[in-house]
Amino acid sequence: MKIQDDNSKIKYYTASQWQLIWWRFRKHRLSIVGITILSIFLIFALFPEFFAPYGPTQRNGENVFCPPSKIVFKNADGKFSPVPHVYGFKRERNKETLKMEYVVDETNIQSLKFFVKGEKYKLFGILPGSIHIYGVENGFVHLWGTDNMARDVFSRTIFATRSSLSIGVLGLFIAFVIGLVIGGVSGYFGGWVDNFIQRLTEFIRSIPTYPLWMGVAAAMPKEWSPKTVYFMMTIILGFIGWTTLARRIRSQIIAIREADFIVAAKLCGASDMRIIFKHMIPTFISYIIVDLTISFPNMILSETSLSFLGLGLRPPVTSWGVLLKAAQNIDTIMSSPWMLIPSIFVILAVLSFSFVGDGLRDAADPYSEKS
Amino acid sequence: MEDNILVVKNLSKEFPIYKGFLRRSNMSVKAVNNVSFEIRRGETLGLVGESGSGKTTLGRLVLRAMEPTAGEIVYNFADEKSVDILKLKKKQLYKIRSKIQMVFQDPYSSLNPRMTVRDIIAETLVANKTMSRSEIDNRVREIADLCKLNLEHLRRFPHAFSGGQRQRIGIARALAVNPEFVVCDESVSALDVSVQAEIINLFKELQVIKDITYLFIAHDLSIVEHISDRIIVMYLGQIVEEADKKTLFENPMHPYTEALMSAIPEPDPLRKMAPIFLEGEIPNPINPPTGCYFHPRCHYATERCKKEMPCRRCFGNHKVACHRAEELHLKQYIKY
Repeated sequence: MKIQDDNSKIKYYTASQWQLIWWRFRKHRLSIVGITILSIFLIFALFPEFFAPYGPTQRNGENVFCPPSKIVFKNADGKFSPVPHVYGFKRERNKETLKMEYVVDETNIQSLKFFVKGEKYKLFGILPGSIHIYGVENGFVHLWGTDNMARDVFSRTIFATRSSLSIGVLGLFIAFVIGLVIGGVSGYFGGWVDNFIQRLTEFIRSIPTYPLWMGVAAAMPKEWSPKTVYFMMTIILGFIGWTTLARRIRSQIIAIREADFIVAAKLCGASDMRIIFKHMIPTFISYIIVDLTISFPNMILSETSLSFLGLGLRPPVTSWGVLLKAAQNIDTIMSSPWMLIPSIFVILAVLSFSFVGDGLRDAADPYSEKS
Repeated sequence: MEDNILVVKNLSKEFPIYKGFLRRSNMSVKAVNNVSFEIRRGETLGLVGESGSGKTTLGRLVLRAMEPTAGEIVYNFADEKSVDILKLKKKQLYKIRSKIQMVFQDPYSSLNPRMTVRDIIAETLVANKTMSRSEIDNRVREIADLCKLNLEHLRRFPHAFSGGQRQRIGIARALAVNPEFVVCDESVSALDVSVQAEIINLFKELQVIKDITYLFIAHDLSIVEHISDRIIVMYLGQIVEEADKKTLFENPMHPYTEALMSAIPEPDPLRKMAPIFLEGEIPNPINPPTGCYFHPRCHYATERCKKEMPCRRCFGNHKVACHRAEELHLKQYIKY
């Protein structure tokens, strides 16, 4: 960081670690893009009822495997209009193949309305509402088509964001807490405690994950509700994911345990707890946050792949993995390729987390730069 | 009130060396080997010796930043009876912490980079939990002022400061609780010569104002000569000579002290230095030589020195561990 005048100098010298990190982080273009996408996903995950025109399990008439609606800027007379319009669909039987097919119904054109009243919902289970961000007054609009049960794919993807992200956050949180405690104890006390914990970690790491997951999935009683399965999934992901994190924390603690400023804190009469929480953790927390960000995609991918294999979440819970499982067979992909659209969300989320993690890693040590 | 603020008796510290698959310890390094000395209230005791002689370990043991293997460390504080800090439990030790403090060698690694200067100086006060926030603020300002820190700078983080300024922050941290005894562990050796002088003068000023006793550890005899009242010379974990400054410089009785003094740089280019070169390095403390530990490098060694370890003998206030202390006529240090 270049320091031009006295004012910015003082600003630089008195800036806290987080301010310095932010100043350096925002120079990273890709990370800013990543964090923007993630914020949008976060908003989706918080208010899916508003952003999705339909409920996640709402069936829309007979429109099974309806293709995505086309958006045109024309009104009913065929003239240009600034308001987007969508055509409806007619179901016709193909004379040659005798298959039911959707044909664009040129006569049925509807203007796409924003902030329309639609299906009633309760935000966070308490706040009642019925406004959706877009919709049409008569009939249906399916920007990304529908699935085999006539459910809107776009709405389902938005709702799936919530479960996929939250399973990542919760799993990671559990892994973080376990890793922090176990790694912290291992690094701070050392000796035989450290030795024991490290051997245990090695043991857990040596278990192959997929067979383990399959075993656990098989062990889950079928009569469990999808919600219970969801919580078990997060806990399982967390209990397996802590090992790497615990090792990082341990190595960080060992690296600074003998540092002069820790000895100084001891000589100041600070208690063990104070030394750990006030002196040690703040010095390496930024690295841990980077680690967490970078391991987040793993969590999302684990959930997605588990659900895809049918080992994880089950319908009616919607997650990205569950949505992709519906697009699993070749028949579906051939006849209705829009079922694969949710994978874009997965790719975007994973990429964004990686970009943000990259930016954070570069920004994490603001003192490495000489002023 | 006792005359000696600190009495150390037969203090030893061994670091076991672990080897092999079962990590059995069959050897150890005696970093500090049966050391006894005392420090008088209000004086500055210089502790010199080359690297590896156990100075830093001794400094840390005295503050119980490390657990010694054996020995006694008895403090006689102004308001209390004497306490052996090795016998204190953890909680009792926390109370003593505010009376014994330390200034570190490296001003870069000894300040937590994530804390503001104000928080660093206030750490002892906060950890002691006896003062309110505003009292702490006042005390921090007062001590920062004494240590010639700009009060505007208290909000800054350590990365904004130079080595000398950082060392003053370290001193302010040590003195914030009004300690009676401060260990300065090579506190100036990481600094530029001009800054060294500044920090040493600050130490001296603060000693007068706050009535502090210092244990001043250094490897540079000229600095120790400037600040100390008495000097202890250490070699391979043992004290080889102990005397007041004037006696030691005018009449060194141990060959090692003579060699150290001959190596003090001479500022006058016209005068020729005549350093006594010691052959070899400080011996491996895992496997120290027989007899006098210094004999393989000593120019005056005899057969007796190879076999018998010398005892510490007193010549008035001058204590030496050398068989030939009386017969040798060692060069004195002449200061110009």
